[in-house]
Amino acid sequence: MSIDRETAAKVAKLARIRVTEDALPALAEEFNTILGFIEQLNEVDVEGIEPMTSVTPMRLKRREDVVTDGNQQAEILSNAPDAREGFFAVPKVVE
Amino acid sequence: MTDLNKFTIAEARDALRKGDVTALELTEACLSQIEGAGALNAFVHHTPDLARDQAHAADTRIKAGDAPSMCGIPLGIKDLFCTKGVPSQAASRILEGFKPEYESTVTQNLFDAGAIMLGKLNMDEFAMGSSNETSVYGNAVNPWRRGNDDAALTPGGSSGGSASAVAADLCLAATGTDTGGSIRQPAAFTGITGIKPTYGRCSRWGVVAFASSLDQAGPMTKSVRDSAIMLSAMCSHDPKDSTSADFPVPDFEAALTGDIKGKVIGIPKEYRMEGMPAEIEQLWADGTAMLKAAGAEIRDISLPHTKYALPAYYVIAPAEASSNLARYDGVRYGHRAKLAQGDGITEMYERTRAEGFGHEVQRRVMVGTYVLSAGFYDAYYNRARRVRALIKRDFDLAFEAGVDAILTPATPSAAFGLGEMKDADPVQMYLNDVFTVTVNLAGLPGISVPAGIDKQGLPLGLQLIGRPWEEADLLNTAYALETAAGFVAKPGKWW
Repeated sequence: MSIDRETAAKVAKLARIRVTEDALPALAEEFNTILGFIEQLNEVDVEGIEPMTSVTPMRLKRREDVVTDGNQQAEILSNAPDAREGFFAVPKVVE
Repeated sequence: MTDLNKFTIAEARDALRKGDVTALELTEACLSQIEGAGALNAFVHHTPDLARDQAHAADTRIKAGDAPSMCGIPLGIKDLFCTKGVPSQAASRILEGFKPEYESTVTQNLFDAGAIMLGKLNMDEFAMGSSNETSVYGNAVNPWRRGNDDAALTPGGSSGGSASAVAADLCLAATGTDTGGSIRQPAAFTGITGIKPTYGRCSRWGVVAFASSLDQAGPMTKSVRDSAIMLSAMCSHDPKDSTSADFPVPDFEAALTGDIKGKVIGIPKEYRMEGMPAEIEQLWADGTAMLKAAGAEIRDISLPHTKYALPAYYVIAPAEASSNLARYDGVRYGHRAKLAQGDGITEMYERTRAEGFGHEVQRRVMVGTYVLSAGFYDAYYNRARRVRALIKRDFDLAFEAGVDAILTPATPSAAFGLGEMKDADPVQMYLNDVFTVTVNLAGLPGISVPAGIDKQGLPLGLQLIGRPWEEADLLNTAYALETAAGFVAKPGKWW
């Protein structure tokens, strides 16, 4: 499977990374190099093998469904590029 | 007393307890070395005031006679660890100005034990790289050089600043993290020791995430004993990390007897790569002979899926990274791009991420996005996870057959020159991790031990891979190897 310019542009869009038009051919070429390397995986017989979900067999812990944390509005907003009146501020989303 | 910065953790601990030296003296010695080592670009955020405060507190504790082994030990902390009130930006522009309101569990454990933070250390951006050349801070530089050649060499990556700082004696030890070899490869490139523990030993809470099913923190130190001491302090069960193991943490140092009689050491034939330099081959043979002479039984083994570890890794790690790094959107922390008239929220995301992420990070996020996208998820991501299960099974079978540890080279070469790989395609750089990445995929503990010097005068490392949760036994085997190898070389000071 070879990645063309159009696919590279689509992937960039999905990843929400702006890539300029003139950078697309080189990007597509890099993808092809990496995917070409990954293609080797097709040689492996994986019949009957479950995809690994956890490297260590472990059961996730459970805890009481109670509030354990909170009331940290100032701390949570302290690193925001734009915070106003106790909220994160972003460009207009709805017209 | 001079050269306090050259102490190992064990030496410093003993001197502190005897009252021969104070934590403040140790700290001042390191701070002055850091000041003079700008050329290495290892420390990227300096915290001398915090270090002095912590040193005073440590001295009080030591005087009171209640001091754990790490009390009063000055450390460097990889920039990937969130440290409260101190810049923590994973060497990325996108986290510029970010000062966490919280402390990572690993650094909190170290501080609770009395350790001192000198500052934050350089690394590859988001730990994505094998040469520390993807950092927003610029390259970290290896204190080692090829003979009299003054070409700057890479300290390896991603924990390049940690490796450089420890090898150059700017601190007594440092924290590192390892997703595909990021502790063990730089340790090998700089003649120091580094261990990646079993997945789940160290809490990942507060460590900036790269690939969550592979990431583990570990110590980078001047000796195996120091790795044992520091690892005991870093590990804990942490309810804040759902994959943190609820097992007691052993006293790893107590396991260092040096007695490995009857231990079975596996030598995997698949690690004999085509085109491997003769010196690496020789080092491996020498290491094998040393362990045999120490009483171990050497056994040839096969790990048949080794060849597929790197391609599987370069599906799984980017896939997890694309998901983890989705959080950098310019809303809650870090960099936000300046917007043009009429730009909406999508433009804000796209511009912010294009400006904030470096080239390698962008590439991996996009590869991850692609392998997870509709229509390819099964062909790439699920297939890679099935291959991962086979890689782990290779190790399981070897351990079931009685193998205690596996010996391999740590890296396929010695440290290379900064900029030397500039024109290589990305896959060439990925090959640096060919011997280490299997260990992350299988969740196993692995340690790199300096074992020799090549003909250019650069250090080379050997890797030992252990059974899950048996770091104590692994460290003891590493200790026997270290003793036999007798590696004592240090880089000549030019910086």
